[in-house]
Amino acid sequence: MKIHVTDQAGENHELEGLEGWRVMEVIRDWGLNIKAECGGALSCATCHVYVDGEWMDRVGAPSDEEEDMLDSVGDVKSNSRLSCQILMNEELDGLRVTLAPSAAKD
Amino acid sequence: MSTEITTDVVVIGAGPCGLFAAFELGLLDIKSHFIDILDRPGGQCAELYPEKPIYDIPAFPVVTGQQLTDNLMAQIAPFSPEFHFSRMVNSLEKLPDGSFRLTTDADEIFHAKVVVIAAGGGSFQPKRPPVAEIEQYENKSVFYAVRKMDDFRDQDVVIVGGGDSALDWTLNLQPIVRSLTLVHRRDAFKAAPASVNKMKELVMEGKIQFMLGQIAKLDGKDGQIDHVHLTTDAGDLSVPATRLLPFFGLTMKLGPVADWGLELNDNTIVVDTENFETSVPGIFAIGDINHYPGKLKLILSGFHEAALMAQAAKKIISPDERVVFQYTTSSTKLQKKLGVA
Repeated sequence: MKIHVTDQAGENHELEGLEGWRVMEVIRDWGLNIKAECGGALSCATCHVYVDGEWMDRVGAPSDEEEDMLDSVGDVKSNSRLSCQILMNEELDGLRVTLAPSAAKD
Repeated sequence: MSTEITTDVVVIGAGPCGLFAAFELGLLDIKSHFIDILDRPGGQCAELYPEKPIYDIPAFPVVTGQQLTDNLMAQIAPFSPEFHFSRMVNSLEKLPDGSFRLTTDADEIFHAKVVVIAAGGGSFQPKRPPVAEIEQYENKSVFYAVRKMDDFRDQDVVIVGGGDSALDWTLNLQPIVRSLTLVHRRDAFKAAPASVNKMKELVMEGKIQFMLGQIAKLDGKDGQIDHVHLTTDAGDLSVPATRLLPFFGLTMKLGPVADWGLELNDNTIVVDTENFETSVPGIFAIGDINHYPGKLKLILSGFHEAALMAQAAKKIISPDERVVFQYTTSSTKLQKKLGVA
């Protein structure tokens, strides 16, 4: 299955996503510009992405804890999500996300 | 006047791998001093996920970040490592005799035969909001912490954030400022309910303003802001401000370590897997901050690295001493050091 990621520089990348992997892990392991500091513990908000509008319903709503973490970045939009909280599955084949500025490495 | 401390080893970083290094060093009679930017031990475990369960520590089916830290502190207690919290190592210099001189931002000088960098993802530093040119205002009119309340007296203050820091400073500064605006992206707060209630009372009384939105742009010159622009659901707004306090939590940056002449790979330090020494003899790097082929960023990897590092450090600290490897289960000598024999 595929995910399409637009990085902070506007470049598009088609990545191979594996069932059961977190979207953050896929983006990180492909070497894109994502800090993912806490490794998926929902403790840092450095894997912040914007989910493409048409995928919002399938991705679902963030948990309260995720909303709390999103408070720690200053570039939140209505389609903001932490990519460590999105689990790859067949339904998300073709998912499109954009890396938020606040997810960039130093 | 500077404080001068002489020791065998300085460990930079008091996260789990650094703490376990004190144990391995202690078994070899090596005295260690710790320097950490946080105000307590535990590093990322204690700062980012103190209450979250960790499942891959050997012999602990489940343990929280704080429990792991507490257990490590108990385990290393017999060796009495000394801790220097809330400070950052500014410089590291190798002296002609092969030892090291470190200085901290707390005006201390450490002399050590060996330096161990166990700084995880780097040093914790405040998150900078993604606002253009904010750097030019930092420490002049934009602050990430309140060091002196008087710097905010009679000022127009904007505080951004919804956590305890934002709420606490809203309440503490309100009596002395000219105006105070709290900005948060939503009407829910991750702060103590009593603080939230008190803040809402102050809003009702007209003593502070609360704005739902995010900071977008700063106006000002020569480091002094005069307006903060906000993006809100109701449109863009401009708020007069002479002080801005963004409270977005902490992130990790490599910091001064990058300037110490060590061979780096991206934001990590290249080490030799035989002993976890860096490209500078006498400086070791263990845990998440190091890099070698096949590196796994796991706490258990850092524990293994600490054990091998300690053996190599011993050879530098006591070059003439013959070290016989011993097990804690069978060595009375080691058990005496641990206070159990």
